[in-house]
Amino acid sequence: MPTSSQDRILVLGIGNILWADEGFGVRVVEEFHRRYAVPDNVTILDGGTQGLYLVNYLEEADRLIVFDAIDYGLEPGELKLVRDDEVPRFTGAKKMSLHQTGFQEVISAADLLGRCPKHLVLIGCQPLDLEDWGGPLTAPVRDQIASAIDVACRILAEWGVAVSRRSVPLAGTERLLANDIDHANYEMRPA
Amino acid sequence: MGIQTPNGFNLDNSGKRIVVDPVTRIEGHMRVEVNVDADNVIRNAVSTGTMWRGIEVILKNRDPRDAWAFTERICGVCTGTHALTSVRAVENALGITIPENANSIRNLMQLALQVHDHVVHFYHLHALDWVDVVSALSADPRATSALAQSISSWPLSSPGYFKDLQTRLKKFVESGQLGPFKNGYWGSKAYKLPPEANLMAVAHYLEALDFQKEIVKIHTIFGGKNPHPNWLVGGVPCPINVDGTGAVGAINMERLNLISSIIDQLIQFNEQVYLPDVAAIGSFYKDWLYGGGLSGQSVLAYGDVPEHANDYSEKSLKLPRGAIINGNLSEVFPVDHTNPDEIQEFVVHSWYKYPDETKGLHPWDGITEPNYVLGPKAKGTKTAIEELDEGGKYSWIKAPRWKGHAMEVGPLARWVVGYAQNKAEFKDPVDKFLKDLNLPTSALFSTLGRTAARALESVWAGRQMRYFQDKLIANIKAGDSSTANVDKWKPESWPKEAKGVGFTEAPRGALAHWIKIKDTKIDNYQCVVPTTWNGSPRDPKGNIGAFEASLMNTPMVNPEQPLEILRTIHSFDPCLACSTHVMSPDGQELAKVKVR
Repeated sequence: MPTSSQDRILVLGIGNILWADEGFGVRVVEEFHRRYAVPDNVTILDGGTQGLYLVNYLEEADRLIVFDAIDYGLEPGELKLVRDDEVPRFTGAKKMSLHQTGFQEVISAADLLGRCPKHLVLIGCQPLDLEDWGGPLTAPVRDQIASAIDVACRILAEWGVAVSRRSVPLAGTERLLANDIDHANYEMRPA
Repeated sequence: MGIQTPNGFNLDNSGKRIVVDPVTRIEGHMRVEVNVDADNVIRNAVSTGTMWRGIEVILKNRDPRDAWAFTERICGVCTGTHALTSVRAVENALGITIPENANSIRNLMQLALQVHDHVVHFYHLHALDWVDVVSALSADPRATSALAQSISSWPLSSPGYFKDLQTRLKKFVESGQLGPFKNGYWGSKAYKLPPEANLMAVAHYLEALDFQKEIVKIHTIFGGKNPHPNWLVGGVPCPINVDGTGAVGAINMERLNLISSIIDQLIQFNEQVYLPDVAAIGSFYKDWLYGGGLSGQSVLAYGDVPEHANDYSEKSLKLPRGAIINGNLSEVFPVDHTNPDEIQEFVVHSWYKYPDETKGLHPWDGITEPNYVLGPKAKGTKTAIEELDEGGKYSWIKAPRWKGHAMEVGPLARWVVGYAQNKAEFKDPVDKFLKDLNLPTSALFSTLGRTAARALESVWAGRQMRYFQDKLIANIKAGDSSTANVDKWKPESWPKEAKGVGFTEAPRGALAHWIKIKDTKIDNYQCVVPTTWNGSPRDPKGNIGAFEASLMNTPMVNPEQPLEILRTIHSFDPCLACSTHVMSPDGQELAKVKVR
């Protein structure tokens, strides 16, 4: 289903980078932005753990892709794709997204304001470790960043959006995360 | 029978035990256990929470100039406040001064966060403890309009407006998708508003949701981006170029005008919607003045919003600074963050290990070594606690004390200190608010008082924003466009060892970061956050913390619907920093209540 050229698309990563695999969503958008340039109607956003504060970004979007760590009882690192009506229902029915209270409220709030995106996609990853305070992503989750980006690209293509690989590497100042909290530097913390 | 605590509470845990887990509509995870007597009055209170305690580990050996970016990620709400506290700690350690413009811009960002947080807290995290959404469906729109127009000149108040809104709400509720309204004890006798007041409040809930995003734009402009604005040791990262026409990131006249118009809007919203709503709600809860806890007894404020750059003395700080103990409002004590005998953290009832747990440690010498053991009387297992044993270790939150006293921090603490200091800008609005409701001064020390202080502070903060915006523009027009001091940016210019402290008044209370720097890297970093003060467990002497104290002696309408507990705990705007970690197996049940 191609998008009309006016459709605004938000690609959002949520989670807490200070809490091991909780950081999955943010690390995916960070890498997505590093690899790909997107047309003007697409916004890539590091949502952190902002919860309700993200509602204005949602209501400006016609279509939404969210990356998040989800606990759906799968093998660690397994990806799960959920679409449209299923997204709020899933987050509402059982513990799935680790930011469910926050993010489910964001969706409901946008809905209550009558401005919820028409199409929702959740790309979730089953975490291995959430107890390692200050720890990095675990290997099975880190290894899925590329696949999660591929899934998003496929959905964007479905929506008629072409992303292009950056031919010139993105300057440090243009990246989503800097000041030593970018993925590479963050993981260099002393053992 | 019972135990008398040194801070004056009589604890009796012989009655029925009620467990509320998790307490919802807060940041992070929290659990409350209380014992009620035969009349369902709370006679013992125990609060426990998860707390981010890994920051010192992550920051060790990092560049101090990057610490703000990490601390900004601790919490989803206080991002900017943590960042500000962090850059102040580093500047204090290294003796770095900032330009006047940077001071004004930081104040504007801090105050914008204050207003944003207070508005969102009241309408979206707290109002539903006072407002019955389902009752709003039976309101008469005409009578609602009359009520709204009797308390405020806010224009959105016609019968048609409320009728449309009620229709929308009905549709939303009937779709079965209660969303943010899902988690309520609708119909409880603990709700006291008539349907019309409920409908008016729900209308403003939606208006606030729509309006809050305007406030955030201030952070986007000054911080370069949002949700995670940029900060800078030595100033602010945004250059000023008034004649510029949209250079990326630079502040020009067009952007300053946009900020001015947002400030005008938020002043209007505070004064015509937020404060009148709190007063209107308060008028129906005048006989429910529970929840005072430590607020009339021991309160602590660090102060914030410096009038002059680099002057953090009590005189320069526009938000009050000082400590009050033993309920003696005629004496406000000075607070020294660097004195090892003043602020100390204890862990005898926290899941950490100290070499000697009868003593507290000053944050510069803080230790964070986990020790997760349950007390001998705890029921259940370590992974599924049924009942805590408050005689043993029972919380991930440490117990900070000021000269040994458990203290309440937050908007009410700040306003009590300002009131005690006889500062008209704090005393007069409090007196007026209470007089309009025909309440005595003692009514301030209550859950309602805490909620009112936050609204009064939002009004105050809006006016201060106007002041600092005008000051910033006047300074720029006078030819000063400096926003950063890079004299000591290079680590080569730093001493081999340094230590410092940075403090702010976060929306939810006194916040400080203590840093030690060695060989240009971070050697130790400790944060003591507001919810550590308010949510602290007991200390070695048995003093209970602010949350626990606030629940004492509150009667409950129905212990299976712990609305009174939620109302009082929410009035602190608790933030168990960063942990979106939901521990209960069925997170969506939200408040699980067990009566034993």
